[in-house]
Amino acid sequence: MIDLKNISKSFNGRVILENVTSSFEKGHVNLVIGGSGSGKTVMMKCMVGLVDIDEGEILYDGKPFSGLSRKERKPFRQEIGMVFQGGALFDSLTVEQNVMFPLNMFTRLSLEEKKERVNFCLKRVNLENVNNLGPSELSGGMKKRVAIARAIAPNPNYLFCDEPNSGLDPRTSIVIDNLIKEITEEFSITTIVNTHDMNSVMEIGDKILFLFEGKKWWEGSVDDILRTDNKEINDFIFASKLAKAIKKV
Amino acid sequence: MNWLFHLGRYWIFMKEMIIKPEKFSIYWKQFVRELDNFGFGSLGIVALTSVFMGAVITIQTVYNLVNPLVPLEAVGIVARDSIILEFSPTMMSLVLAGKIGSSIASEIGTMRVTEQIDALEIMGINSSAYLVLPKVMAALAIFPFVVIISMFLGIFGGWVAGTAAGVISSSEYIMGIQDSFVPFNVVFALIKTITFSLIITTVSAYQGYHTQGGALEVGKSSTNAVVYSSILILIFDYILTQLILT
Ligand SMILES: Nc1ncnc2c1ncn2[C@@H]1O[C@H](COP(=O)(O)OP(=O)(O)O)[C@@H](O)[C@H]1O
Ligand SMILES: [Mg+2]
Repeated sequence: MIDLKNISKSFNGRVILENVTSSFEKGHVNLVIGGSGSGKTVMMKCMVGLVDIDEGEILYDGKPFSGLSRKERKPFRQEIGMVFQGGALFDSLTVEQNVMFPLNMFTRLSLEEKKERVNFCLKRVNLENVNNLGPSELSGGMKKRVAIARAIAPNPNYLFCDEPNSGLDPRTSIVIDNLIKEITEEFSITTIVNTHDMNSVMEIGDKILFLFEGKKWWEGSVDDILRTDNKEINDFIFASKLAKAIKKV
Repeated sequence: MNWLFHLGRYWIFMKEMIIKPEKFSIYWKQFVRELDNFGFGSLGIVALTSVFMGAVITIQTVYNLVNPLVPLEAVGIVARDSIILEFSPTMMSLVLAGKIGSSIASEIGTMRVTEQIDALEIMGINSSAYLVLPKVMAALAIFPFVVIISMFLGIFGGWVAGTAAGVISSSEYIMGIQDSFVPFNVVFALIKTITFSLIITTVSAYQGYHTQGGALEVGKSSTNAVVYSSILILIFDYILTQLILT
């Protein structure tokens, strides 16, 4: 479980996140939705410590995380996996080396054990026989899956995914979404997913937080979101003509 | 130019680099990769420019020495000293700034804009140290050799060009290059090389690391890396020459 308590962040005097409070539960897929530029990525980077917050507090299972030094954060590092928007695979390494990278960093396993773990993770994301390919030889969906495999390789307790299905076709998106959901439940991970894709919301959202101009505008469940009469959230969800037509029915 | 801002941020960047490696093995792998990259990767262009540079220096020196009282041997002395003191360390560093500086900046810049640097940080790796330290170490280890090879090839190029053009005999040239040789000149050249290696790697890494935006900005960082490291090489060339040779 991750708790955010009144977190705020500005860049050069521009407020990007304002007083956001929320909590994300273990074993659930927690979605953060909002238009582009609403602050989703910044909020995620604050949560994992890539960006320092100006005010407020971030707790990992009750333990304070924000305000710690690089050294003090070390014990948390092995617990955190993150899937970046573009995958962020290391270009100079093969698929296998990419997935093995965090294992080299965090574990003292032998090479065979590491290979076994890599193959297990790749298999878990339905990728086989791609071990020796480079990232540039993979399709968008495969890159995302390798990124997920790399994130789960050290058995994290917390998984962060920044727009895991941006740039993917709708079918591949659903595959990736379901994969995240399954892994979350299977390994009882606290998962947080940024998305602006309504399909994902309906498909895998356990809890939904709607960010609007850096503020928490609304939060609730999938059932709640279809019934809310909040203007901004309706503008967001029912942005397309198709969606508006469906809502009328 | 807000050069003070860059100076400060460069300083902080350098300070973050000086740490105990999280895991020695992953640094070692990078170091070996860069050694190969910088050494073998630059030999071709260094050989080519060195031979031609030596050839031009020799022919020009003959052309300028029209005084019949000065023996042609002097051509060998002048060519050797200018190659060892200035052309090999400084000009090769400028060539390396173009080749290696731009590749360092674009590699690290691409890693920045595609969030690969964030991915390293997430795993608890000090990204500035991990990305820059092996490059600095590899450059310090290999550039002196590259420059020494360049010296030999430059002097060799002078011999080939001088004798082929018939402006100096082989024995005059060879006598010249052995005459009144000052070993300290080589030491001075290596001091310059080490300074320039530090400039090329750290300035280019700094440019790449602080890239913001996308592919266009990566290109800009790469250009800036070459421009700023070249300017700094020339400034430090002057400072070191002034300090050590006078
Ligand atoms: N490092 C930064 N410096 C300054 N502004 C930033 C930085 N990172 C993000 N921003 C700004 O914060 C705002 C929110 O960005 P982001 O979190 O990426 O939005 P999104 O919801 O699309 O992920 C944007 O206006 C962006 O320009
Ligand atoms: Mg984003």
